[in-house]
Amino acid sequence: MIKKDKGIAVTLVSRQKLGGLSPSEKLKFIIKEVRDGKILVLEQGLTPFEQAKLIEHTMKEIEEDTFIGIEMDGYGEERPSFIQRVFGIVKKQRMTVIGPAHLLKTVHKDSDMIETMIIPGRGV
Amino acid sequence: MGLFGKVSFASILQRIFGKKHARIGIYGPPNVGKTTLANRILRDWTGDIMGSVSEIPHETRRAKWKKNVRVENGNSSLMMDIVDTPGIATKVDYKEFMNMYGLTRDEAKQRAKEATEGVIESIKWLEDIDGVVLVMDATQDPFTQVNVTILGNLEARNLPVLIAANKIDAEDASPATLKSAFPQHPVVPISALTGYNAENLYSTMVTHFSKKRKRRR
Repeated sequence: MIKKDKGIAVTLVSRQKLGGLSPSEKLKFIIKEVRDGKILVLEQGLTPFEQAKLIEHTMKEIEEDTFIGIEMDGYGEERPSFIQRVFGIVKKQRMTVIGPAHLLKTVHKDSDMIETMIIPGRGV
Repeated sequence: MGLFGKVSFASILQRIFGKKHARIGIYGPPNVGKTTLANRILRDWTGDIMGSVSEIPHETRRAKWKKNVRVENGNSSLMMDIVDTPGIATKVDYKEFMNMYGLTRDEAKQRAKEATEGVIESIKWLEDIDGVVLVMDATQDPFTQVNVTILGNLEARNLPVLIAANKIDAEDASPATLKSAFPQHPVVPISALTGYNAENLYSTMVTHFSKKRKRRR
């Protein structure tokens, strides 16, 4: 029997995976994974409405000694140029990283780069 | 005296094309000075205040509002309902209130519970407002997820946003960083605490929030 290594899972989620889920399924999936202690890197992030809903759901899920919330960092929608819009290219969400707030900490973010650290033992 | 007497051309345009009444939400993360700013606006235009302020985050845990606050800008003015919302956060840890601010365990747990409810209330209010003063701490990094999420929601709804770059009385404040981070929105440097540049904020509020826009849901 292979013994499972204990560690912190970082899951890269493709746009196809999230794109195949309804908005409520997406939120359920993210909350479940994050509550299980996983860190998710979404290839295509959430819409602003989904982000707000995720914060709302997170607040409902907070439990004093087991779950203090999420750390989330991403960017606003990628704005297509005039020419792109003429050819029907629509706004796209950009990469987003989400994890449990007791593990994940954003140390730097600018317009093109997000730097995070995994620090076990923060908070709970 | 000109053709229109003492009435300016801008005020005539506002009367014809502009809004007369708007519900304005004061939004932002915890501890950026939302209630201090709401108090400043109310004190200057009604003589009243909105609520108490504290260095402990999540002091405002229920939305508070004041109706019919008339803010003037020369000959034009706008009647506003000002809504002071609880700070929006992605995490709330009661232990922070104990370890950093000396609250008892019971006080900290109660504050954390009310804070989570406050965040939910703030998000729900986004559906009922006509414009937002987004308060940011000019001494802090502006690219926080809360700022990105609030701005994204308002842009998607086509609601006007005015960014108040607060705490410019602090030594390390950098309102220029906020201006370059969000060039698509007006950014007004202000000290809600001292009232510095409040006049500029009021004139921008009247002109920016008077414009009629088609709201998207």
